[in-house]
Amino acid sequence: MLGSCSDPAALDGLAWLACYLTTGKHMAFYGAFGTVLLLLAITAPAALAFGFGGAVLARSQIAPLSWLGKGYIAIVRGVPDIAFFLFFVIALDQAFEFLRHKALCPGWNQPIWQGNDFVVCNEAKLPLSSAPQWVHESYGFGLAVLTFAIVFGAFAANVLFGAMRAVPHAQIETAEAYGMTPRQTFRRILVPQMWVYALPGLSNLWMVLIKATPLLFLLGVEDIVYWARELGGTKTPQFTDYPHGDWRMWYFLALLVFYLAFTRVSEIALARLMTRLTHGQATVAGEAQRKAAA
Amino acid sequence: MSCWETIADYGLRSLGIGERLLPRSDFTLCQQVTLIGSGMIWNIYFGTLALASGFLLATAVALGKAARNPWLRKPSEWFIFVFRGSPLFIQFFFAYFAFLSLKSAYPFFDPFTAAWLGATIVLFLNTAAYSGEIFHGAVLSVPKGDMEAADAYGFHGWSKFRRITWPTMLRLAWPAYTNEAIFLFHATALVFFSGFPARQQKGDALYYASYFADKTFNPFVPYPILAGYFILLTLTVIGLFGLANRRLNRHLPQTRRARLRIRPILVR
Amino acid sequence: MKSILASAAVLALSASAALAQDVIRMGTEGAYPPYNFINDAGELDGFEIELGNELCERAELNCEWVSNEWDSIIPNLVSSNYDTIMAGMSITDERDEVIDFTQDYYPPTESAYVALSEDADFEAGVVAAQAATIQAGHVAESEAALLEYANPEETVAAVRNGEADAVFADYDFLKPIVDASGGELMFVGDPVPLGGGIGMGLRESDDELQTTFDEAITSMKEDGTLNEMLVKWFGDEIGQY
Repeated sequence: MLGSCSDPAALDGLAWLACYLTTGKHMAFYGAFGTVLLLLAITAPAALAFGFGGAVLARSQIAPLSWLGKGYIAIVRGVPDIAFFLFFVIALDQAFEFLRHKALCPGWNQPIWQGNDFVVCNEAKLPLSSAPQWVHESYGFGLAVLTFAIVFGAFAANVLFGAMRAVPHAQIETAEAYGMTPRQTFRRILVPQMWVYALPGLSNLWMVLIKATPLLFLLGVEDIVYWARELGGTKTPQFTDYPHGDWRMWYFLALLVFYLAFTRVSEIALARLMTRLTHGQATVAGEAQRKAAA
Repeated sequence: MSCWETIADYGLRSLGIGERLLPRSDFTLCQQVTLIGSGMIWNIYFGTLALASGFLLATAVALGKAARNPWLRKPSEWFIFVFRGSPLFIQFFFAYFAFLSLKSAYPFFDPFTAAWLGATIVLFLNTAAYSGEIFHGAVLSVPKGDMEAADAYGFHGWSKFRRITWPTMLRLAWPAYTNEAIFLFHATALVFFSGFPARQQKGDALYYASYFADKTFNPFVPYPILAGYFILLTLTVIGLFGLANRRLNRHLPQTRRARLRIRPILVR
Repeated sequence: MKSILASAAVLALSASAALAQDVIRMGTEGAYPPYNFINDAGELDGFEIELGNELCERAELNCEWVSNEWDSIIPNLVSSNYDTIMAGMSITDERDEVIDFTQDYYPPTESAYVALSEDADFEAGVVAAQAATIQAGHVAESEAALLEYANPEETVAAVRNGEADAVFADYDFLKPIVDASGGELMFVGDPVPLGGGIGMGLRESDDELQTTFDEAITSMKEDGTLNEMLVKWFGDEIGQY
């Protein structure tokens, strides 16, 4: 905080604004943008991993596995993400603690569900109640990432499932003709070749993921929406040095600009990536590149 | 109280018909299923209305974006960019504030802060932008041969668009448009969750689900019920759009008919 | 939904081994001044934060604050994501069936209507209230049309911008807002006594912790420190013990 901010009531105009925008609370708001970016950075590969797993399961020759994969894709995609977010975090948390409880406290003689209470032994708590605050925060964040990854993994699975089917059959047959085992074909041909078909769907998914981050506050993470609401609300002089009216509109305008800028940058970056992936591919765009170079 | 009585009392509660007070103690599973189902009326209302009205604007926006005239192209591009580039959640918040300030200046905007109109407008603009982008992509991929054949038959102007371009565009865009419809219905769950207040406890399915989650302090019953309803709704949408898809493709030889595959091309 | 915002943990001075090791996690909302709110520095502050820290010190417990959305504040308590709730939560029969309360640390509250003018129709007009509160329940049963918002701030904003004829909320939450509005907002009608005072919420299985905090609250009531705190945060008119 700036040194001159000790008496904000005496300030006006830009000086007041400068002090106002550098309060500890605003710093937390700016930090929340970092939280959102961090979440995206971790969730995207995690969701891709879930998606890959789901797609492989759905393609499986073994019927129950295939049903499992297809069921995961269908159920998660059939439900609005918000409905998942509202109870998934508590459910995941209880599931983990329940499993740990079974493993760590075999001698526990009280029921785990005591009426409404969900009580596990102290050793099974996640994180341990003696853990420092940052562990609790990271755990909460981790649960949020996992929830996002499960939900968006289903969409990614659907895209990858389609992309695997889109790889030209001739390429697979050629691989078989060279004597590759199914496993080798999968690893050396199918997976490397599918990305160009998956990218349009995945880029859309990335855009969707960006736009789902305002729901983060439902998962108990204090994100930019939480802070925008908190900061923008009317403040009475009794509890703050910077009383103001209802400024939520301006804070939400800032969020709007942030998201527009972020999606625009993503669009440009993804278009470049697509150009590189298309290089040398047996598609219309790949053919066009070849002709332009020749 | 039997379950039938509950349905009679609360089946249309979300519209304000039936029992005035929501159940406040001794919650039964039947009450939860009935009220959450009653809330689905609003989800279907928002989704259907926005989809139907958004369809027309989407066609206009798609043609605008494909136009050579920058006065048509630029506004369409910006419209699509703003609504596709920002979260619907924030659009709802923002629209509510915007309608409030408009309302204080012009009495004409009085009903806009109520969800039934305000939220429908947001969803309408939103789906128009998403579908506009889908249709735009489809317009660009209408086969050149089709257009040349149309010219040869002497089609031009409006009749060429209505008889040739538009049906082909729809046929190409249909799988992606089905996805858009599914996600639009899902998005209706956000209406009472951000910005728009529920009046006299008349809300959508999510509103009642969170009412029960709050009263019973147990989120594990109402939200799965909500999820079940949405899966049913999704299946219905897929079914109806599949029928339309068959009609759109009925002139094609059996083997070339594109089976409707639901791929998330454009989602929210 | 465990979340963030550690405010200063109260150091346990004693060596009372078993308890000193465990951190008691205190859940609050952080959006309900003067009970609990986030101050300019971005930290939790308010009557309940100060009171809670003092109670923990008296009970020789090591406490840490957590903020959580109001909607899920009870589900997270019963699934052991924190151990207590101090969030201006009135003691009601319905809540008492699911969780336990200590004795009240804030006398039974009155709720009041606030409107833009004296003749606002708060009895049969549109009344705003925070969703899932006892006030929302009261309005739903009255003649008025209930308009529900997710947080208390928005309920007052609804009156300011004409969405609602009046807002119905806790008197002590509304008072500083009315004072600061410079005559724009005013109390209308008579205050309505609702709820059985504000207490600390705990899991029903946590009897030991309940006794500990009950004793700490009793000791603060006896030596007058609780009254001092009430006057400090709510002014002279506040009911005292």
